[in-house]
Amino acid sequence: MKWDKSTYRIQDTGIYGKLLLAVGIAGLAASAVGFNADSKQFYHSYLTAYVFWTSVGLGALFFTMVHHLVDATWSVVVRRLSECLMVTLPVMFIFLLPIVGHGIHDLYHWSHADAVAHDVLLQHKAPWLNTGMFIGRSVIYFVCWTVIGAVLYKTSLRQDQKHEEGLLGRMRMVSGPGMVIFALTLTFSAFDWMMSLDPHWYSTIFGVYFFAGSLLSALAFMTLWIVFLQSNQILTDEITVEHFHDLGKLIFAFTVFWTYIAFSQYFLIWYGNIPEETVWYLHRWEGNWKTISLLLVFAHFVIPFAVLLSRVPKRSVRMMTIMSIWMLAVHWIDLYWLISPNLHKHHFHFSWMDAATFVGIGGIFIFCFLKRFAAQPIIPVNDPKLRESIHFVNI
Amino acid sequence: MSSTNKAVGILAEFENPSELLKAAAKIRDAGYKKFDCHTPFPVHGLDAAMGIKHSKLGWIVLCGGITGFLVAITMQWWMSAVDYRVVVSGKPLFSFQAFVPITFELTILFSAFATVFGMLALNVLPQFHHPIFYSDSIARATDDAFFLSISAGDPRFRADETRTLLESIGGCNVEYLIPPASAADNEQEDQHS
Repeated sequence: MKWDKSTYRIQDTGIYGKLLLAVGIAGLAASAVGFNADSKQFYHSYLTAYVFWTSVGLGALFFTMVHHLVDATWSVVVRRLSECLMVTLPVMFIFLLPIVGHGIHDLYHWSHADAVAHDVLLQHKAPWLNTGMFIGRSVIYFVCWTVIGAVLYKTSLRQDQKHEEGLLGRMRMVSGPGMVIFALTLTFSAFDWMMSLDPHWYSTIFGVYFFAGSLLSALAFMTLWIVFLQSNQILTDEITVEHFHDLGKLIFAFTVFWTYIAFSQYFLIWYGNIPEETVWYLHRWEGNWKTISLLLVFAHFVIPFAVLLSRVPKRSVRMMTIMSIWMLAVHWIDLYWLISPNLHKHHFHFSWMDAATFVGIGGIFIFCFLKRFAAQPIIPVNDPKLRESIHFVNI
Repeated sequence: MSSTNKAVGILAEFENPSELLKAAAKIRDAGYKKFDCHTPFPVHGLDAAMGIKHSKLGWIVLCGGITGFLVAITMQWWMSAVDYRVVVSGKPLFSFQAFVPITFELTILFSAFATVFGMLALNVLPQFHHPIFYSDSIARATDDAFFLSISAGDPRFRADETRTLLESIGGCNVEYLIPPASAADNEQEDQHS
């Protein structure tokens, strides 16, 4: 991969574009084989992979908006990265089509008319949980995310062209209401896609839980992308150890936030001890699911908390690389833990389709992101705070 | 000569922040340890120029946090499972889930105390007096002047040599910090009479 240091543009993406596309297509082809073999397993693996890559885009959308809202300085050099991730999000709508078009019956119990006919609770929920509304809502989510992302991205590119008053103000104006819409759409998408797998069960904090994991995965992905760029001698002077330190602080903070939310959800249900609520945790405490539940406590909280607590590892590119891969892995396990007990009750076993769908959707997602990333300067070249951001130093 | 022997420190003024930064680096390289800079506003890079290492406060806070965690667990175990055993909604007496909020809060509280009091201790605060106030011009450190002071407690401090060094690196209005001897003498005389 080569870049032009004077214009901050990627000149040549080298072999990576073709490689990602090949990996993506191979993964999807393998998934298609799996679909013919076992459509239920396929859709559960597919939904996990789909939600995983969507969450990376959603986290980037949040990161961009919060950057504008707080008028941040340090993150100007990484802003274009999160912007490109955020405008890659609409690609995920294509991957939603198999789920809403066909997989809905394999995944969601409430979509079966005969099941609803014998279930008073599902009849009560039917005005919300029905196929038409489900598809309609999913379309609305993507329209919201696409529009907010596109407006922010277009304004950001205009800033690259020439100095113009008020562009930062406009991006902030969009981010304010955008943040409210983001919070609502993300919450309801988490309700629809994952929580409704168990249609009797509900948790009002579920959306926040998904949000915490989303931002973590976006931060981890961005950190890895910077490491990848710098291994190709790109942005080595602009993104310094100080920026790694700040990304590390955010990853640490949202590890704690994730735990706070996860425990809040568990704590109230444990205290209340009402069967229709506790059954959700019971499913995740039976058989070898208990291993995954305990793994999440340690791998998603205790270990990253202990490792990232001190200043030193956050300022080590090697440690940040390891922890970013770690956080992406545990985020996937977290989503697997949310989705798969719906299929593998009492006992989980990983399927090769889990890997195939992950690689398939991921390959195409990162390919689209790479194409977008190479389409404009890779840092906001005319941002008034760019110099300050490059020379930013932590106290 | 007798007055310089009583000096508890020396104070020099510098033109601007960049002069002060250069001077601080030179004093650091000359091997001085007990010196300080006084500026009307925070000057970036001064920590590095003075050779100040990263604060140890973090370790104190970590100890405070761990103490808070252990205190909270022990206290709740003692109260709920030993001293006053009451079964609440059929849960085990030692239910760690129910103890988490208190444990969390006490960890934070002890960390916060360790931060505040650790910071005060490391800065040797509160202090009711400091030798720097023997100078009248130091008041301008809150207005428009940039000072560097060296304590006589520094092993490298030599009243005349240090003065020459400060003047050679651009320090002006160099003055010794001398306790007002006459005032002390007067007090003694009052006591005798």
